[in-house]
Amino acid sequence: MTEKKNLPIGGIITQGGTAHEYVTGGWRKLRPVLDKGKCTSCLICWVMCPDSAIIVEEGKMIGFDMEHCKGCGICAEECPDKVKAITMKEETEQ
Amino acid sequence: MTTPAIKGQAGLTGNSAIAYGMKQINPDVCAAYPITPSTGIVEEFSGYVADGAVDTEFITVESEHSAMSACIGASAAGARVMTATSSQGLAYMWEMLYIASGMRLPIVLTDVNRALSAPINIHCDHSDSMGARDAGWIQLYSETVQEAYDNLLQAVRIAEHKDVMLPVMVCLDGFITSHAIENITLINDADVKEFIGEYQAAHPLLDTDNPVTYGAMTLPDTYMEFKHQQSKAIARSKDVVSEIGKEFGKKFGREYGLMEKYKLDDADAAIVILNSAAGTTKVAVDELRKAGKKVGILKPRLFRPLPYREIADALRNVKSVAVLDRVDSMNGFGGPLFNETRSALYELEKRPKVISRIFGLGGRDYKVKDAVQVFDELLKIADTGKVESLTKYIMNKES
Repeated sequence: MTEKKNLPIGGIITQGGTAHEYVTGGWRKLRPVLDKGKCTSCLICWVMCPDSAIIVEEGKMIGFDMEHCKGCGICAEECPDKVKAITMKEETEQ
Repeated sequence: MTTPAIKGQAGLTGNSAIAYGMKQINPDVCAAYPITPSTGIVEEFSGYVADGAVDTEFITVESEHSAMSACIGASAAGARVMTATSSQGLAYMWEMLYIASGMRLPIVLTDVNRALSAPINIHCDHSDSMGARDAGWIQLYSETVQEAYDNLLQAVRIAEHKDVMLPVMVCLDGFITSHAIENITLINDADVKEFIGEYQAAHPLLDTDNPVTYGAMTLPDTYMEFKHQQSKAIARSKDVVSEIGKEFGKKFGREYGLMEKYKLDDADAAIVILNSAAGTTKVAVDELRKAGKKVGILKPRLFRPLPYREIADALRNVKSVAVLDRVDSMNGFGGPLFNETRSALYELEKRPKVISRIFGLGGRDYKVKDAVQVFDELLKIADTGKVESLTKYIMNKES
């Protein structure tokens, strides 16, 4: 946020895309782990992720934005049954 | 005997005058749900919408909670927004009232004062607007149809003032003012248009070139700053209310201050009272003055923010004061106007005695003789310095 003295009134945010600046990865209890051998890059996880935390390059799913992933597990749930390339693991688990 | 009509005057009920004022203001959006005794406002205004007399987008909603929610959305989008309600309707808006003020949205709401359930009652008292007194809305109270209409026009200017940016509630008494026809001087459409001006929102949601977020979460590091801004804004609004009241007076001949002082300057005893009952009390004052008794009235117009310095100043030389509330705070210590007036007087070196009287709940009559009785009691207190009962109900029931 901007300096407190210059806060716009009413708690409004006067620019777009500020969610990038707010790191929510610390909320995570479970982390998604990708098995690249199984992933078909169907990108259902990219569509479903509520935090835009699936990183895609040149049409391929390459991993997670761990600064913003809250560990909700929607990606693992939505990954098709025949594929199941994402598993949720405890942060302390290897 | 018939009273000849005066040129430029109309006979209107409070509800009709408010609806007519809204027609002249021609807001961009009105979202409302009808409830007695404010129904007439919504009914007549929706007629203006249907007739094409206004450009307003009228949103028929399924509840008052939705009405205020739609008003908030429309106001955030950059529209000039108005609504009206009463009693349970205002109570049902409760959580949204705080969101409107916290987001600093200049919505104008007319509250036609009515008692809150239970027991259910459709008649006048101030439990609805007084229940919302800490919701961050500016509150203007109106004795007559004329004052209600004039307050409505000024409310638009106050709410949208750049140093204020807060919602305003215009209060008038249910049935007594909302349904009784009074003579009123209307202002012509062009003058109203010029007086209120155009509204340009600083950060409209619909301006996609300059995207903004309304309603974002704030954590302990900023929430307090926003509340501090809001607190300063409502405190500042007092001067804006004064300025606009003066400007209104210059333009239209009826000047408004923060309060009306009626024969108060040399008074020994004073009644502090809001809205239509002040009119009844004025008759009592005139009668008692004829008998040589020094009595007067302080009728606050602005209750939120509370003009505490001005109240103290107005009652500085009075010996005894009765604050008459048309609502009970249910705190075992009188009504809100009593508590706040008494608190305002604490700053004075030499304070008058102050008593609380609750009257007129659920539309119970308040008559000239009731005011006379209170003044008699006050003059006794002024003489003896002794208060027999600090808080009391004026039951006024002939049985």
